[in-house]
Amino acid sequence: MSILINKDTKILIQGFTGRIGTFHAKEMLEYGSNVVGGVTPGKGGQAHLNLPVFNTIKEAVDATGATASIVFVPAAAAADSIMEAADGGIKYCVAITDGIPAQDMIRVKRFMLRYPKERKMILTGPNCAGSITPGEAMLGIMPGHIYEPGRVGVVGRSGTLGYEAASQMKAEGIGISTSIGIGGDPINGSSHRDIMELFEQDPDTDAVMIIGEIGGPQEAEAAEFARDHMSKPVAAYVAGLTAPKGRRMGHAGAIISGKGESASEKVEIFKEAGVAIVPNPSEFGSTMKDVVSRL
Amino acid sequence: MHIHEYQAKEVLANYGIQTQPGTLVYSPDQAVAAYNSQGSAVCAVKAQIHSGARGKAGGIRLCRSNDEVRRAADEMLGEKLVTHQTGSSGKLVQKLYVEAGVDIDREIYLAFVLDRAKQRHVAVASAEGGMEIEQLAQEKPESILRISIDPASGMRHFQAQELAFGLGLGADLVKQAVSTFRGLYKAMIQLDASMVEINPLVVTRDRRLIALDAKMEFDDNALFRHREVAELRDMSQEDPRETAASDHDLSYVGLDGDIGCMINGAGLAMATMDMIKLSGGEPANFLDIGGGASPERVAKAFELVLQDGSVKAMLVNIFAGINRCDWIAEGLIKALGVVDLGVPLVVRLSGTNVEEGTQMLVDSGLPIIMADTLADAAQKVVAAAQGQGD
Repeated sequence: MSILINKDTKILIQGFTGRIGTFHAKEMLEYGSNVVGGVTPGKGGQAHLNLPVFNTIKEAVDATGATASIVFVPAAAAADSIMEAADGGIKYCVAITDGIPAQDMIRVKRFMLRYPKERKMILTGPNCAGSITPGEAMLGIMPGHIYEPGRVGVVGRSGTLGYEAASQMKAEGIGISTSIGIGGDPINGSSHRDIMELFEQDPDTDAVMIIGEIGGPQEAEAAEFARDHMSKPVAAYVAGLTAPKGRRMGHAGAIISGKGESASEKVEIFKEAGVAIVPNPSEFGSTMKDVVSRL
Repeated sequence: MHIHEYQAKEVLANYGIQTQPGTLVYSPDQAVAAYNSQGSAVCAVKAQIHSGARGKAGGIRLCRSNDEVRRAADEMLGEKLVTHQTGSSGKLVQKLYVEAGVDIDREIYLAFVLDRAKQRHVAVASAEGGMEIEQLAQEKPESILRISIDPASGMRHFQAQELAFGLGLGADLVKQAVSTFRGLYKAMIQLDASMVEINPLVVTRDRRLIALDAKMEFDDNALFRHREVAELRDMSQEDPRETAASDHDLSYVGLDGDIGCMINGAGLAMATMDMIKLSGGEPANFLDIGGGASPERVAKAFELVLQDGSVKAMLVNIFAGINRCDWIAEGLIKALGVVDLGVPLVVRLSGTNVEEGTQMLVDSGLPIIMADTLADAAQKVVAAAQGQGD
C-alpha cells in the first residue's frame, strides 16, 4: 500500500552518530522502519544503536543491501552526501537538512542525471519532514502516530501543515497510503508532479492531496499533470494568501517573484484543471472526505 | 541578502564588468567634490538604498552644475525614499553614489536568475533596456531572450555570442559583450549570488558596453562560505524586527495588520495567516518559531511581535510533532511570567499530548482564550482584536 517505502525497505542513516541523526534514527526504529545501519565517515566499524556504522555509502550498501537513505548531514556537506548516495546505489533518498545553498542543489540535480534510468536515484527534499507509509515505515522526522494507514496519497512542501492535514484526515476516518514531503527549497529533488506520477501508478492509492504554497512553478505543473494524466481525483491547498510579493515566508522557496506564483493565482490554476480546492486550512479533512465519497 | 549598487559595481569590477567612474559620498560637500573631480559635465546623483525602481521615485538625479549636485544631495540625504518596491514606509538614504555621465546610444536589459522550472540558472536579456523585467514580460514578451545554462559546463562562449547577436549588438561589440556576460555568470557562481541584474547595460556613443546600474542578491544559505560578501550587509536597510528575529534564528516578516502570530513551521504559519484573513482579520506578521519552543524562545518571540505597536490580539498556533504539547504549554506559561502581553491571547495546540498541554494552560489561571481548530482559533482572535479596537 505505498510508493517509495514500505516495511521491507532497508534504510541507512547518513549522519548517523550525530545528535539529530541519533534522535530520529531511534524514532524511526520505534515506528518499525527497517533501519539497517548508518554512515559516519571515520566511525566505520563501530556500532551505534546496536546497528553497524560504515565509513562510506558503498560499503554500507554492499554489507546491508540497503536501498533507501535519509540525510541529516549539516548543510555545508549535505549536497555531497546526497551525491554519494546516488553514486553508491541508493534508490530513494530523503534529504531532511535545511539551509543547503541553492547552487549546491543545482549541482546535485545535474550530477544525478549521469546514471542510466535503471539505477537513477529518486530524491525528495531537502528541507522537508520526510516520507511515511503509515503502519509500515517512516523515513522522516514526523510524529508517526498522527498518520492513519489508508488509500490517499499526500504530497506537500511543508512539515507542520502536512501534520495538520494528516490529523484532520484521520479525524474524518481517512487514511494515507504514503505521505511525501518535497520540501520548501527552490531547487528540490522531486516536484509535486513527480510524486503524483508515482501515486497515479500505485494500485493502493485512490486519491491525492497536494499541499502547495506560494513561489515557483511546481503547483502549476502539478495542475497540468492532474488534468492531462491523472485518472485519480486530486484535491489541493495553496498556502500564502496573505504573503506580500517579494518577501520570503520562512521557506527559501516561498517567495512570489513573478506571474502565477501567488496563492490566489495557483488556486485558479488548480480550479481550471478540475482539481478540488481545499478552501481553507481547516478543511483538509472535509474536502478529502467529499472527494473519496464520490469514488 | 541584498547589497547596494556601489557595492555590486565594486564586486563586478573584479569580473571585468565596465562601469563609469563613481564615488560614494555622505554629504552635499562630498557630492560636489566628487562631481568636480570626475571632470564630466553631467553626473548622476544616485540614492543608495536596497530597492530597484529608484529612478521613477526621484532617487536618481542628473545634474549639470555644482548647485544642482548640492541641491540633489541635500534633498535626498537623510530622507526616506519610497519606491514601489520598498513599501509605504520607504528606505532611509544615508549615502549617495555620484557617477560620471555617459553618452548613451542604446540600453539593454540583462539578468542572471534561478530558473525554478528548469532548476538551473538562466540568462535573461532584452534589447529593450531601461524597463523593468515584469513590464517587459507584459508589454514586449517577444523581446526577451533566454539562455539556459548547464551547471556542468557553465556559460559557453557560443551561448554568450548567441545572446550578443540576438540583442543586435554589432560585430565590434560582440567581444566585449561575451566577456561581460561570462563575467557576470562567473561572479554569480563564484559568489553564490541568487540574482545579478544589469538594467540598463548601455552601449555608449563611443562603442563601449557599460553597466549603468547593478543589482545583486545573495543566497543566505551560502553566506557561510563567503565572508567577503557577508561583510557587505547593510543592516540599516533592513526592518530592525527582522534583523532581531534572524539573530535569534526566528523567521519573521512584518505585515500591515493587527493580529500578531506565532506558529511553528513556515507552511502552517502561512496557512494560519490565510485563516485569519478568511475570518475577516489581517495578520500583523509572519513568525515561524521552528521546532523547539523553549520558554526563552517563546518569550523572545512574544517580545518581537509586540514591538509592533499596532498588534491588538495575538494568536499562537502550535502543532507539536516531535515536541509535546505539555512542553509547549510549559514554555508559554513561563514566557507569560516574564512578558506582559497587554493584548488578548488565543492559543491553539494540537498533536502529541494535546490534552495535557491544554489542561496545563487552563489550570494556569492565565487569561488565555483556548481554541480547538484552526478555524475556531482564527475566529476567536479576530473577535478579540475587534473587541480591543472598540
